[in-house]
Amino acid sequence: MGNYVPNTLEEQEAMLGLIGMKSSEDLFVQVPKGVRLNREFDIPSSKSEMEVSRIMTSMAEKNKIFKTIFRGAGAYRHYIPSIVKQITSKEEFITSYTPYQAEISQGVLQSIFEYQTMICELTGMDVSNASVYDGATAAAEAIIMSVERKRNKAIISETVDPQILETIKTYCKSLDIEVVVAGASNGVTDLANLEKLLDEETACLLLQQPNFYGQLEDAEKIGRLVAEKGAKYIISSNPISLGILKTPAEYGADIAVGEGQPFGIPLSFGGPYLGFMATKEKLMRKLPGRIVGETTDNQGRRAFVLTLQAREQHIRREKASSNICSNQALCAMTAAVYLDAMGERGLKQAAELSMAKAHYLARLLCEIDGFNIIYKGEFFNEFVTSSPINVDKLMKILEDRGILGGYPLANDKILWCATEVNTKEEIHKLIDILKEVAV
Amino acid sequence: MKLIFEKGSTGRGCDLLPPSDVPVINLEDKFKRQSKLNLPNVSETELSRHYTELMKKTFGVNDGFYPLGSCTMKYNPKINDDMAKLPGFTDIHPLQSEETTQGALEVMALAEEYLCEITGMDNMSFQPAAGAHGEFTGLQLIKAYHEKRGDSKRDKIIVPDSAHGTNPASAAMVGYKVINVPSTNEGYVDVDALRDAVGEDTAGFMLTNPNTLGLFEANILEITNIIHQAGGLNYYDGANLNAIMGIARPGDMGFDVVHLNLHKTFSTPHGGGGPGSGPVGCKLLLSDYLPSPRVIKGAEGSYHLSYDNPDSIGRVKAFYGNFLVVVRALTYILSLGKEGLKHASINAVLNANYMMHQLKDTYHIPFSDHCMHEFIISLEDLKKEKGVSALDVAKAMLDYGMHPPTMYFPLNVPEALMVEPTETESKETLDEAVRVYKKIYEEVTSNPELAHGYPRNTVIGRPDEVGAARNPVLRYVYNK
Repeated sequence: MGNYVPNTLEEQEAMLGLIGMKSSEDLFVQVPKGVRLNREFDIPSSKSEMEVSRIMTSMAEKNKIFKTIFRGAGAYRHYIPSIVKQITSKEEFITSYTPYQAEISQGVLQSIFEYQTMICELTGMDVSNASVYDGATAAAEAIIMSVERKRNKAIISETVDPQILETIKTYCKSLDIEVVVAGASNGVTDLANLEKLLDEETACLLLQQPNFYGQLEDAEKIGRLVAEKGAKYIISSNPISLGILKTPAEYGADIAVGEGQPFGIPLSFGGPYLGFMATKEKLMRKLPGRIVGETTDNQGRRAFVLTLQAREQHIRREKASSNICSNQALCAMTAAVYLDAMGERGLKQAAELSMAKAHYLARLLCEIDGFNIIYKGEFFNEFVTSSPINVDKLMKILEDRGILGGYPLANDKILWCATEVNTKEEIHKLIDILKEVAV
Repeated sequence: MKLIFEKGSTGRGCDLLPPSDVPVINLEDKFKRQSKLNLPNVSETELSRHYTELMKKTFGVNDGFYPLGSCTMKYNPKINDDMAKLPGFTDIHPLQSEETTQGALEVMALAEEYLCEITGMDNMSFQPAAGAHGEFTGLQLIKAYHEKRGDSKRDKIIVPDSAHGTNPASAAMVGYKVINVPSTNEGYVDVDALRDAVGEDTAGFMLTNPNTLGLFEANILEITNIIHQAGGLNYYDGANLNAIMGIARPGDMGFDVVHLNLHKTFSTPHGGGGPGSGPVGCKLLLSDYLPSPRVIKGAEGSYHLSYDNPDSIGRVKAFYGNFLVVVRALTYILSLGKEGLKHASINAVLNANYMMHQLKDTYHIPFSDHCMHEFIISLEDLKKEKGVSALDVAKAMLDYGMHPPTMYFPLNVPEALMVEPTETESKETLDEAVRVYKKIYEEVTSNPELAHGYPRNTVIGRPDEVGAARNPVLRYVYNK
């Protein structure tokens, strides 16, 4: 009973006696009778570790693990190096608190500082925070950060991940920030339409590169349009792609955000992941969330601390730049170790392999009757095809053969994805099955 | 210590991925990265040792006593982490079909059922990723409720002056104005001041109970009733739930919506600052506004994700929340069961009272008759008489291998140290902490000039925080 309470009942009684109490009831004299729960909880009795392990394992086994996955749409399976899992399993990292006491938290603080550095390197930005909840909330926070007194309109490209758009709408609604969706044509942001929407009241434009359909946007030209109106340019990227694709800074972005999950974090049914968020120096003091800085200790030695805290809720309360009071520290460390292990060469290779496999898959799919690439522009590792048969039916067939197919966008539209973990054999197996069912 | 960027050399690295078995694609120049990508060039040996060195400079719950008030740094059971590593949980895609994720949906449905029973709520969403995110979500529910009723003039959220900083910050993020109400000298919400503060513009009231002074609000039913009478709703900040599991439930105290911190009360590890999980539970009158999608149980016993929630506030995050944290919390609840949860709260309160009792003749404890799971020390007199601050005393504790209590919170107590021992500490640990706290008191009173020099035995001394904020160095720069 109370599995993790070390003191025995006898010891507890002795402690109660020492403080002048007769029974544990005396501990709760402050709790008024009217709110007492005078019954047991209606939940099962305590169990041994072995029993609990069995129950949880049986639930885990009710989920189907697909050996082969061709689905992304915001969560990606990449290879996770063994060193990543080992390092992030260290108890000190797992069980420590937010590093407020710098003298005994240099390990966590330095790892966040290294994470911030690598996010800046990847995105071309000057300053990164210590991470936020996920890519969707990072985008929402970036929009709030961009709003000014006379600029209250946020334009979001229709080609942004719909879950990110939904999250943004929730955040913006209560702050009375106007959200306008800029339409798309041929799977990319419609520039003519965007130009009409951009005005002097526009706070920002959010673009996703590569976008939700995997397409590469003309992000450079869009950046020029946004800059002409003096609005902030926010780019959300798949961080793996930044190994080979232009950085948000190279496109003229003011804020770079994205979902950090591809960096060593398993799919995990959607979480925990991490949102990365970086910006230019001029916006540094508007950036929400934890930030770690380098300084020296009282003997001149290198030291790291949480800094620029004047932005934060525990100092500023209702005037804070955000209510966030944590980061996804262990996920940020995971991302950092992943990048340490991969290095420039490894990350480039992961990006090139993902792109190559997706293109190979696309080429073979197009050879099957009824599967056509819908958007014709350049793409990274995701693309959309038509489907000759009902998508749900098709997915069921693939499921039964141990394959998680692309993500159904409509009855006859599929968003496919490939990464470096997909082998040529897997792709051919998929194609063979599709050929069977398409006829 | 060197940064990872200062180790290794060009050409070093790990051999992780195979060569391509399909043709490589030539990327158009207009999309190609121009700038050099600087990342570490280290061997696996160097990388492994780098992090072992960082590990040794990190203090976790497994290293020692960690009585951070309001943070509930209880022991993190290892089976929780083991269960969260099961491939059936880690290797499933969030957009897999319902038929292939029944186990994951069952985890969320069971956790919802148990946590609703523990808090006295009717429904719960696991989408919020942390406590502050839960506050944001819970307040959105309150806002949606008033809007749905056409009650548009309610634009104020009332918080006590002892509230966590996130409470007013979250209210502001939801577009509310914040009204602070004072506490009485005894440390409770000032009921008369609250009565004066409410009105037709009151949207809601946020409170944690026991409050941040470690006291159970004696007039809790009167307080929540005042808000309800004024047409507002009551929000329960779950930070201090660890004191009352099986004793009293927010739902029976008049609260309409709660957020929980699974990383506090339900023993999931803090990970150096996250990931946590801040589920939001509510009474039926708010259920329709919960984030979408929701997990529902079908008649035939299977589980579904329902996206048909027309009154929902929408999404607050991609997918369904920090799922693996929920796995850990459910593991914990199953382990403790109904008896164990109550037993945990009893011992959390016992340990706090035991420690407070031993310290009250040495330190000034403003509310020392009785406490719940945490208590406050005020060093106001020591600061006035000897110039020794709460910070000085906290830093001295570092030299004894103990994590200090929460400092300078709550704001309505000067020079505060907030001590929350939790139930997972043994009597010997508490006795040792008491001995150290007393010894430090003796040291700083007899040699106050030495007090500013603590800590002396840690890997660094006190860092220059002012300098860090004045000249921010927030990243390493290659080839400076």
